[in-house]
Amino acid sequence: MPASITSAEPTAAQLARRRTLLAERAAHWKRTRKLTLVLLALWFATSFGTVFFARELSGVTLFDWPLSFYFAAQGAALIYLAILAAYAVVMRRIDRRFERRIGELE
Amino acid sequence: MSTTKNYFRKLSRYYLWYTVCFAAFLVALALLESEGMPRIWIGYMFMLATIVLYAAIGVISRTSNVSEYYVAGRRVPALFNGMATAADWISAASFISLAGGLYLHGFDGLAYIMGWTGGYCLVALLIAPYLRKFAQYTIPDFLAARYGGGANGRGGPVRVMAVGATIIVSFTYVVAQIYAVGLIASRFTGVDFSVGIFLGLASILVCSFLGGMRAITWTQVAQYIVILVAFLIPSMWLSVKHADNPVPQLAYGSVLPKLAQREAELNQDPKERQVRAIFMHRAAAYSARLDALPASWEAGRQAAQQRLDAVRLRNASLHEIRSAERALIAYPKNAEDAAREWAAVRDANLARGQPPEPHAAPFPGADRAQSDIRRNNFLALVFCLMLGTAALPHILMRSYTTPSVQETRVSVFWALFFILLIYLTIPALAVLVKYDIYSHLVGSEFSRLPTWISYWANVDKVNPLISIADINRDGIVQLAEIAIDGDVLVLATPEIGGLPYVISGLVAAGGLAAALSTADGLLLAISNALSHDIYYKMVDPAASTQKRVTISKLLLLAVAFIAAYAASQKPADILSLVGAAFSLAASTLFPALVLGVFWKRGNHRGAMAAMVAGFSVCVFYMIRTSSVLGAGAAGQWFDIAPISAGIFGVPAGIATLIVVSLLSAPPERSTAGLVDHIRAPE
Repeated sequence: MPASITSAEPTAAQLARRRTLLAERAAHWKRTRKLTLVLLALWFATSFGTVFFARELSGVTLFDWPLSFYFAAQGAALIYLAILAAYAVVMRRIDRRFERRIGELE
Repeated sequence: MSTTKNYFRKLSRYYLWYTVCFAAFLVALALLESEGMPRIWIGYMFMLATIVLYAAIGVISRTSNVSEYYVAGRRVPALFNGMATAADWISAASFISLAGGLYLHGFDGLAYIMGWTGGYCLVALLIAPYLRKFAQYTIPDFLAARYGGGANGRGGPVRVMAVGATIIVSFTYVVAQIYAVGLIASRFTGVDFSVGIFLGLASILVCSFLGGMRAITWTQVAQYIVILVAFLIPSMWLSVKHADNPVPQLAYGSVLPKLAQREAELNQDPKERQVRAIFMHRAAAYSARLDALPASWEAGRQAAQQRLDAVRLRNASLHEIRSAERALIAYPKNAEDAAREWAAVRDANLARGQPPEPHAAPFPGADRAQSDIRRNNFLALVFCLMLGTAALPHILMRSYTTPSVQETRVSVFWALFFILLIYLTIPALAVLVKYDIYSHLVGSEFSRLPTWISYWANVDKVNPLISIADINRDGIVQLAEIAIDGDVLVLATPEIGGLPYVISGLVAAGGLAAALSTADGLLLAISNALSHDIYYKMVDPAASTQKRVTISKLLLLAVAFIAAYAASQKPADILSLVGAAFSLAASTLFPALVLGVFWKRGNHRGAMAAMVAGFSVCVFYMIRTSSVLGAGAAGQWFDIAPISAGIFGVPAGIATLIVVSLLSAPPERSTAGLVDHIRAPE
């Protein structure tokens, strides 16, 4: 929370700081949204794409496994786990980047 | 930082010791069994030891601090929170029924595996971190603060509706869990079903009553370890037996082609065809009787009466007279009853007359249209299960308990990781058991049936869990002669694989842990919604913290007893409603939760309209397609089964929220501030 909100007459420097803070927040949210969108697209393709084309994929085998069965039984779930790992890692990076920028302001 | 690290180390040490003690307990019981301890004692030991253990953790973690009681003090490390979420998540249905479902339905059953894991992507990406940043106590808390409205903009109406949705969704679910507790306890210790329920209830209550979220969390971690061990040991055993590889998740790839080959053989086998032809013949006989109604009903009744008269006349044995009397009593009371009963018998015979479907083939069907219908239902079910997962209050509640937003994100990862340890084994177990039955039981002689079959056949005499009858009287078991209920599969796996009885006891303890842990979380979700949201936030906002926790504990007790009473009535319809809980949760809560974070313009009118619309569309579709209240299958839209009603409810909810919000005044400025706050990093 910016401390300047409460002061009655914000100085020009305080106003500028507040603007940068808001801009940084907006940038952070934009990055978060982009990451969310990309990972959701991957989630969607994994869940519904592989099932929709399951009959076409069932002829292909991967180490004895019919591909469509493998995806539904294990592959999709492992991709979900990877999505969650990627989200946690990249979000931490995005958060750190925000913290660094705010730290530069102080 | 170092205190949290120390805390984590301390916890890890505790649970490591606990695992070691549990292993020692197993070994001790195995030794006692080989020394000749009777089976029933092993069952008693398992039930007693685990229930005492969970109660002891509850006593140790007792608390009356508000933050500890509702959110475990917000200091559960991500790894342990993930483990507790996994135990919360893995219900009796996952543990006991899912592998059986996969055994029976093959590829179609995998919709549950995909749906119940993919939902966590939505939890992590769309909801959990924002709830943690919001940092209150319940799901209605979030919706009320976000949407406002009502007296003084405190969000009263939104809160009440969210509480209603929470209770409807959680209550059906908790009744099913308590039902499963009663079932397992009564099967493995021989106590009465209702005694079993109250035994299980006692351990749930000691735990959640004394320590709320804090006690539940630490118990659930302990329960997860029991669940994991109980599920992996028999699966690994079967895996070594059939594929010489102790990792079932990898091994069953090599069993799949063998299974497919065996399925093809059984499909062509002349004896199998003979049995299937007998079933088709029986189905045709019932069809003929159905066509000849009501004359056939009258004729059948007279025939039954004449048989009774005949045995009485020739002074037959009492047994014969009794069975003739019973046949007459069981005969349909009128032509309508006969039409219903005979149609059911005809369908059952028709189903058993079908050749086995290949296990790994997606959407087999007579033609492309039939196959498409199965694919669309699969997709719709996956959709509903995923969005329902992301809207279940007892799972979302767990995102409040971690120390930070980043820990919440990591915790969802761990939750899915621990769930997958079980969920990736379930399809493997289904394939391994199927191969075992197809290749060992099928083709064996009736005179030498394994003992587990008669044991499990006699557990429930009215609806036998497994029945094998020599239909074509050749003395050899054919696949078509086996009727198996999905629920028996996991519980009987140790015996199918030829493991000692101690493993059967372990599996039962695992099923009990799965049911108890889920019931704990659900009961807390319901009682918190009542005590925190209704009592504290609406009835008496001035209540002291002590009073709030006391009220919460009393409500928990009341809800638990109501749920136990409902479960002791053995409500078959409630059990079938559990599948519907996911569609209901998705339709009612998902739109308001997700748009609450991602769309600032949404207001309280939109949210309330969306909850009503989503819920009504979902319930309407379920009633419309139910065979009792509505038109049955004829009322279906796009041939979608009623369990996937959420596929219509969710779009209805989202569209209503957007349209109504845009048509009414934008939300207050403070709402935009709150949304900015939960989106911003810490």
